[in-house]
Amino acid sequence: MKPQGKTLFDKIWDEHVVKSIDNGPDILYIDKHLIHEVTSPQAFAGLKRRGVSVFRPDKTVATADHNVPTLNQHLPIKEALSRKQVDTLTENCKTHGITLYGLGHPYQGIVHVIGPELGITQPGMTMVCGDSHTSTHGAFGSIAFGIGTSEVEMVLASQCVLQHKPKKMRITIDGELNHGVVSKDIILYIISQITAQGGTGYFVEFAGAAIRNLSMEARMTICNMSIEMGARGGLIAPDETTYAYLKGREFAPKGEELDKAIAAWSGLPSDEDAVFDKEYTFSADDIEPMITYGTNPGMGIKVSGWLPEVKDIDDASEQLSVEKSLAYMGFESGSRLLGHSVNYVFIGSCTNSRIEDLRMVAEVVKGKKKAENIKAYIVPGSKQVEAQAKAEGISDILEAAGFELRQPGCSACLAMNEDKIPAGEYCVSTSNRNFEGRQGPGSKTLLASPLTAAATAISGKIEDVRSLMER
Amino acid sequence: MKKFEKTISHFVPLPIEHVDTDQIIPARFLKATTREGFGENLFRDWRYDKSGDEIESFVLNKKGVKGEILVAGKNFGCGSSREHAAWAIVDYGFKVVVSSFFADIFKNNALNNGLLVVAVDEGFLEQIFTSDSQLIIDLETQNITIKGSGESRQFSINPYKKECLLNGYDDIDYLLNNREAIEAFESK
Repeated sequence: MKPQGKTLFDKIWDEHVVKSIDNGPDILYIDKHLIHEVTSPQAFAGLKRRGVSVFRPDKTVATADHNVPTLNQHLPIKEALSRKQVDTLTENCKTHGITLYGLGHPYQGIVHVIGPELGITQPGMTMVCGDSHTSTHGAFGSIAFGIGTSEVEMVLASQCVLQHKPKKMRITIDGELNHGVVSKDIILYIISQITAQGGTGYFVEFAGAAIRNLSMEARMTICNMSIEMGARGGLIAPDETTYAYLKGREFAPKGEELDKAIAAWSGLPSDEDAVFDKEYTFSADDIEPMITYGTNPGMGIKVSGWLPEVKDIDDASEQLSVEKSLAYMGFESGSRLLGHSVNYVFIGSCTNSRIEDLRMVAEVVKGKKKAENIKAYIVPGSKQVEAQAKAEGISDILEAAGFELRQPGCSACLAMNEDKIPAGEYCVSTSNRNFEGRQGPGSKTLLASPLTAAATAISGKIEDVRSLMER
Repeated sequence: MKKFEKTISHFVPLPIEHVDTDQIIPARFLKATTREGFGENLFRDWRYDKSGDEIESFVLNKKGVKGEILVAGKNFGCGSSREHAAWAIVDYGFKVVVSSFFADIFKNNALNNGLLVVAVDEGFLEQIFTSDSQLIIDLETQNITIKGSGESRQFSINPYKKECLLNGYDDIDYLLNNREAIEAFESK
């Protein structure tokens, strides 16, 4: 009898199991470990307490991103605690011989932007980082997931983590995307359908024609937000698009090595008879530009649509949950968001700060002016994205439209630095979380695509980008 | 890590769903480089107003509500992977969190810090919320009991993690003891 086919996920996971504990987790070997200043200091302190050194320093790469200013990065960080965190990272990397792309380095940037753009992220790898959006790297056909600081310490000490093998889900998007619909809309749509907890316990493979046709940047946006439906990670089978992206990247294999690697990677996609624990199929045709109205990423609707009627929600606890969200956001049940006044726009974060995202924004705002009331943070994902945006004239287009391109970092996605949305203000944001106060205490976040965010910045109110495109 | 002992205590009810780790500990309080002191800012923006005064209606500020057990609505701990959320809950003095559903990363982080997470069915969660009783959490027998009514449920926990919690072992010790196997794997 022919053995049962394996999924992409199984193939990679099984290759990386050092040992399985009876009735317990697997010891999973990690190929690449990314660290940053916020979730690593306690891990290094733990190593010191145990008198243990970093086991494989060449398999960890560091950058400073979560807590850095996005203006005047050449000056010392003003805020003492932030400065200390960044200095501690620098010190730890020096002590343990870990490569650091710190502030001022031409490779510095958001950890999930620089991994792929440097060719560090490759198909078939296992990758972890003390950040839930590590799922981003799954776009290359790798197993990538976020971990806590104790687990960061495990990887530093042993290059392994103890993990239970999750279940497998496949989400297929058939067909072709509508005009004005981009990958952010796909993922917001998926989460709105299966809820903010629908993926918990699973690793999700995204498949189907609409996914195949996406660029690497767009695939990263989808995998990035897998965690927002509770899934530990998402992944997409590597293909010609993946290989073309990797070609010529700094740390990607080159020449003959690349050919060999591609031959091996080509065996990774899920076998035809592979079985998933759960499957969903959606039609691209049903997806329109999306926006969230509530305080978890599952609360999404079409930009042109209406908020749910609280009284029509059957489940009592969900009713309560939506009611509480609407009260926080200051929206009325059954109302419309289109045309609602907004004073802030944030374009950035590990979800949407890559060159393609900035190109999308430039395309919408070119030859137009931002609305008077709008304050915008446009924050590139990395020094390389920043340089490319300048080289392509994107910064000039933004400037002419009344915007400014800031310096790379996580910025107003989580508002650890000084980039905060003031209390009570609405912000249409290309980031990944609309939790209460996520962008600053009392801030009200509406998640959307770069196209929708750019259109909103031009109109000064929530806008359907398709109406600007038609003009 | 401390050994987990049988816990008999009143509970703090937080009947809210999707409590994300940004609510448990907002990002602006993640700037510390040590693990201690996060309890002070546990549920910061629900607990204190803009000027730093206690918000009376929030459960942690209510007189007479005390306990080593936090009971919350489903999908507790979703969002950011920040272990600071587990540190804050432990630092505040909780030993157990009960909910009908936990987010994956939070669950790992909690267990790695000796904080027991107990998942119960929605019906039982409702019974807890409506009871005004102590809860008994026995990890050895994997039982959670509402002391007043005597109603109880079995809860599941991985046998490996149970061992770790009962004995105060941590995963890093385990991995360090497996370095040989890891080196052998590397040279394959």
